Amino acid sequence: MEKFTTLSGVAAPLPMVNVDTDMIIPKQFLKTIKRTGLKEGLFYEMRWTPDGQKKDFILDQPAYQNAKILVAGPNFGCGSSREHAPWALLDFGIRCIISEDFADIFYNNCFKNGILPIKVSKEIIAKLMDDASRGSNAIIEIDLDKQEIKGPDGGTVHFEVDAFRKKCLMEGLDDIGLTMEKKTDIDSFEARQKDSQPWLHTAS
Amino acid sequence: MAVRKKAAMPPAEPPVPRTLFEKIWDSHVVHRQDDGTCVIYVDRHLVHEVTSPQAFEGLRMAGRPVRRPDATVAVADHNTSTLPVSAGDVDEESRIQIETLEKNVADFHVPYFGMDDPRRGIVHVIGPEQGLTLPGMTIVCGDSHTSTHGAFGALAFGIGTSEVEHVLATQTLIQKPAKNMRVAVEGSLPIGVTAKDVILAIIGRLGTAGGTGYVIEYAGRTIREMTMEGRMTVCNMSIEAGARAGLIAPDETTFKYLDGRPYAPKGGAWDLALGQWRRLPSDKSAHFDMQLDLNASDIPPMVTWGTSPQDALPITDVIPDPANAPDENRREAWARSLAYMGLTPGTKLVDVPIDRVFIGSCTNGRIEDLRAAAEIAKGRKVAAGVSAMVVPGSGLVKAEAEKEGLDRIFLEAGFEWRIQGCSMCLAMNADRLEPGQRCASTSNRNFEGRQGRAGRTHLVSPAMAAAAAIKGTLADVRDYQ
Repeated sequence: MEKFTTLSGVAAPLPMVNVDTDMIIPKQFLKTIKRTGLKEGLFYEMRWTPDGQKKDFILDQPAYQNAKILVAGPNFGCGSSREHAPWALLDFGIRCIISEDFADIFYNNCFKNGILPIKVSKEIIAKLMDDASRGSNAIIEIDLDKQEIKGPDGGTVHFEVDAFRKKCLMEGLDDIGLTMEKKTDIDSFEARQKDSQPWLHTAS
Repeated sequence: MAVRKKAAMPPAEPPVPRTLFEKIWDSHVVHRQDDGTCVIYVDRHLVHEVTSPQAFEGLRMAGRPVRRPDATVAVADHNTSTLPVSAGDVDEESRIQIETLEKNVADFHVPYFGMDDPRRGIVHVIGPEQGLTLPGMTIVCGDSHTSTHGAFGALAFGIGTSEVEHVLATQTLIQKPAKNMRVAVEGSLPIGVTAKDVILAIIGRLGTAGGTGYVIEYAGRTIREMTMEGRMTVCNMSIEAGARAGLIAPDETTFKYLDGRPYAPKGGAWDLALGQWRRLPSDKSAHFDMQLDLNASDIPPMVTWGTSPQDALPITDVIPDPANAPDENRREAWARSLAYMGLTPGTKLVDVPIDRVFIGSCTNGRIEDLRAAAEIAKGRKVAAGVSAMVVPGSGLVKAEAEKEGLDRIFLEAGFEWRIQGCSMCLAMNADRLEPGQRCASTSNRNFEGRQGRAGRTHLVSPAMAAAAAIKGTLADVRDYQ
């Protein structure tokens, strides 16, 4: 996983509420057996007409084609557990999503892929949405270590992030590797469980 | 020498009352960091073809085995065809995904319900059916509707593919505990009102993000009086309210359902398990961070009108007007939904014409669902111009329905009778809506494009779906009972 320390880039505004994972990446793109190349499917139905014409979706407008940040409406990423949603965003170049709140599974999936989802208040979202709507000249900077968002006018806002998730992102840590270090704990848990709940160790 | 009385033990601390969720959580903590982040143990891992290929590939690249193949089960359900093999409607990509699963389960020694196995079906239908789902377990799957298994008092939730790989490799997950919400439904359900209507009413009240950060425990007499299948329908849609999981305390109904299932414990192990399962329900004074109360008698048959599961209304209602939305966000969302759904404010829901009907899915693809739909379909005909299909949730549900003659009832009424799978719930296979088509569906999501690009979904119960098929418009099932 690529480390996340600082990020500086164009932010695209997407003020819709309840952007669900079916919108972020429709089902026909879930048939891949790879993690890459999914930007083709990103927001597919919002970007393309049924007969293959571009619809002028925000990420296709010249100012936002290189956006690295998405400023989004509340409950972003609701719906299914498909990790194809963060994969597609990452493949497009989005490394940070800022919203009032996120759906749990999507939020979790972002951290596993080097994407930083930031939760801030409605008032801050309104300000950032305004900044983002100013186009490619409005660069937003994110500093994960300081937990700060710096707007194009120089003003900064602080954000909260779970300390452990922050560490994993900043160091690009592999979760599985970390858990493997606790092998002895897992072994002894299993031994205890096998003794007290033997039926959990016979099935399937 | 006088026998000294044993010194009195200091009085034991009274145990802190815990919720069902907390009891399951506590008993699965392998390691706890100072900041509260836990490594929790996973008892059962269900795997399907769509969210697992990249996880197995990750294991392969790192040279890691599956830690506990015996706690893992795989099945293909999402993009399998619902037509006989000879009809050959599986596209190339789906075929590769299913073959990839078959190679992965062989390479990693994971038990697999193969394509020809009569037990094959939707992962959330076959888990309970086989007794692979048991009270007090932690159960995960790369699918958000894993919450279904919470009906058994198991902590069950959906995970992404990176976490699928994490579980395959370590049999654990890194998590922080969720908050506790209690949703109590009291009273008897009115005629024509089912578990599906109850959960749609709950989501309507909570909103699609109302459950974010919570595990919901459903309680109250209405829930206790539900069958296991009804409880599964309720828990299944917990994610539609944003909740991490849904839970129902295990009771005699649960134990009776499980007794004798192929993978349920037997003999002495059953007695031992039963003793532990009876201690799972939330303690009387356990703390819940949020409480929602509903009265069953206030719940009518429900239908969704928009593109979020929270857009649920009584079937007797009319299409709402965005001008009356409670806030600006909702006003915009409602207007967008109405434009997408091709609906006009003020139209009676029972006057909305439909083109398609889908009865099935992990929400409503079990035998009781098919019986409820068949009861309405019996002796009636699907309206002209409507195409209706019934897709059983598993091979065993299909076989049971055929034994009871339900397939004949459906076929005589003009429904199609298909092979088990996820089918048009998410339309990854060939079963999908054409642009602009409107569907009464027993599935769980009415998102834009969910059942096919530009398709329009109205979520309803199985009996309501059957009534809609007969009438050719959304319908009030009470007019057909």
